[in-house]
Amino acid sequence: MTYHFDFAALLPYWREFARGIWLTVQLSAVSTVLGFVLGTLCAIGRADGSRGVKWLVAIYVEAIRNTPLLVQVFIIYFGIATLGVHVSANMAAVIALVVNVGAYTCEIVRAGIESVHKSQIEAADCLGLSRFQTYWHVVLRPAIERVYPAITSQYVLLMLASSITSQISAEELTAVANRIQSDTFRAFETYIVTGVLYLLLSFVVRVCLWLFGLAVFVRRRKLGTAI
Amino acid sequence: MSAVVSLSNVHKQFGALKVLDGVSFDVGRGEVAAIIGQSGSGKSTVLRCINALETIQQGTIDVCGHALHDAGLNRRALHLDVGIVFQSYNLFPHLTVEQNIMLAPVSVKSVPKKEARELAREVLARVGMEAKAENYPEQLSGGQQQRVAIARSLAMSPKLMLFDEVTSALDPQLTGEVLRVMEDLARGGMTMILVTHEMAFARKVASKIIYMHQGKVWETGSGEMLDQPKTPELRNFVGGVSSDQASASV
Ligand SMILES: Nc1ncnc2c1ncn2[C@@H]1O[C@H](COP(=O)(O)OP(=O)(O)OP(=O)(O)O)[C@@H](O)[C@H]1O
Ligand SMILES: [Mg+2]
Repeated sequence: MTYHFDFAALLPYWREFARGIWLTVQLSAVSTVLGFVLGTLCAIGRADGSRGVKWLVAIYVEAIRNTPLLVQVFIIYFGIATLGVHVSANMAAVIALVVNVGAYTCEIVRAGIESVHKSQIEAADCLGLSRFQTYWHVVLRPAIERVYPAITSQYVLLMLASSITSQISAEELTAVANRIQSDTFRAFETYIVTGVLYLLLSFVVRVCLWLFGLAVFVRRRKLGTAI
Repeated sequence: MSAVVSLSNVHKQFGALKVLDGVSFDVGRGEVAAIIGQSGSGKSTVLRCINALETIQQGTIDVCGHALHDAGLNRRALHLDVGIVFQSYNLFPHLTVEQNIMLAPVSVKSVPKKEARELAREVLARVGMEAKAENYPEQLSGGQQQRVAIARSLAMSPKLMLFDEVTSALDPQLTGEVLRVMEDLARGGMTMILVTHEMAFARKVASKIIYMHQGKVWETGSGEMLDQPKTPELRNFVGGVSSDQASASV
């Protein structure tokens, strides 16, 4: 059996691919920033909050980590609609991704926070730093620095997982691919191209996070220790 | 005389374990007090109580006009008046020497960055570390790290400095350089309380020696107290520390 590849059939669709990539990039970037903030706040709550806060965060984290992302996306998309609030598919996708990645970030950052020795916090306290200042200057930075490789992997995964939001017709790369293959009947070629594009995107995300790490974790850069 | 630190009948327990059992002593302005005693006698706990790192069950502690036993204690104000240096330095590993020192003045006292940097250079010069301002803690020897830790405290101009076995982790040569810094401080009139195993240093620098045993102040006095101990426990302790059989006999 021979199959004749015809990638040329996809050429007329390059604009659509580009639009899909652009939305995937936007979805991922926004979810990365917001998910990181949410996850870090939750990690602080879980490591150092009151009992009630600890429980709430624990429930959230376990609920998210033990259900499929697709189901979460549907719950949020249809759930918000049921509440009578109109949000676009893209907005629902962002919310779902943020909620999802926030839970994973929480666990990663919490491990980092717990690796910061109690004596560091005591030293900051004795210098007169407030709890907030201590967290900001003494706990979070070394904590995040330590778990940064795990965070990087998680956010590459997030970018890839954003393809699931095609299911609520957020017009990101996978949704675009779905449409193109049904137009062209060139499913194999379409998804090969799409796969390669995701591969490139992953690479770009990694490089961006690596550069970000270099900029933020100055000590690592100066001492030449890998991030 | 106005005491900078005054403990009266302080009791402290960790669960069922009685660690401080009616501790009382005063330290006056400009005075250097050395706390000595066996491991587990409660020396570190006393220092931690003086800096409100531990709460006490009974008694009163007054430090630089702050009543620590009072529920309305302003810990931040207390920590502005009291500096503490730990055995394990506790420098912030992700910050340079200079940033370690600037952090508290900038964020607690809102000192402008430029002034804080000058301040950092100044205190680093006092401990002989100005050449290492740009280095990270992990690039320094233990003795150097400890001197930076002292400088970091000094930058907040405390009225009282606490030192908890700050040389125990150091070899003799590095110990010397840290002790010299502390001696300079003492000579400059800083009120200090130090927990130490360096008997010769305590004798030389401290005007008051507090020997603790089983959570109590067992004996207090000046350096001569070490030559003529009144209690068998102190005699034992002094004998044990000065002769090397000590470690073998424990
Ligand atoms: N956080 C704590 N929880 C329970 N027990 C503690 C705690 N901190 C200290 N202790 C106990 O209190 C006693 C006194 O400890 P402390 O650290 O004050 O002794 P020390 O005189 O400083 O000893 P060393 O010379 O070994 O440093 C010890 O028996 C110790 O095990
Ligand atoms: Mg101790």
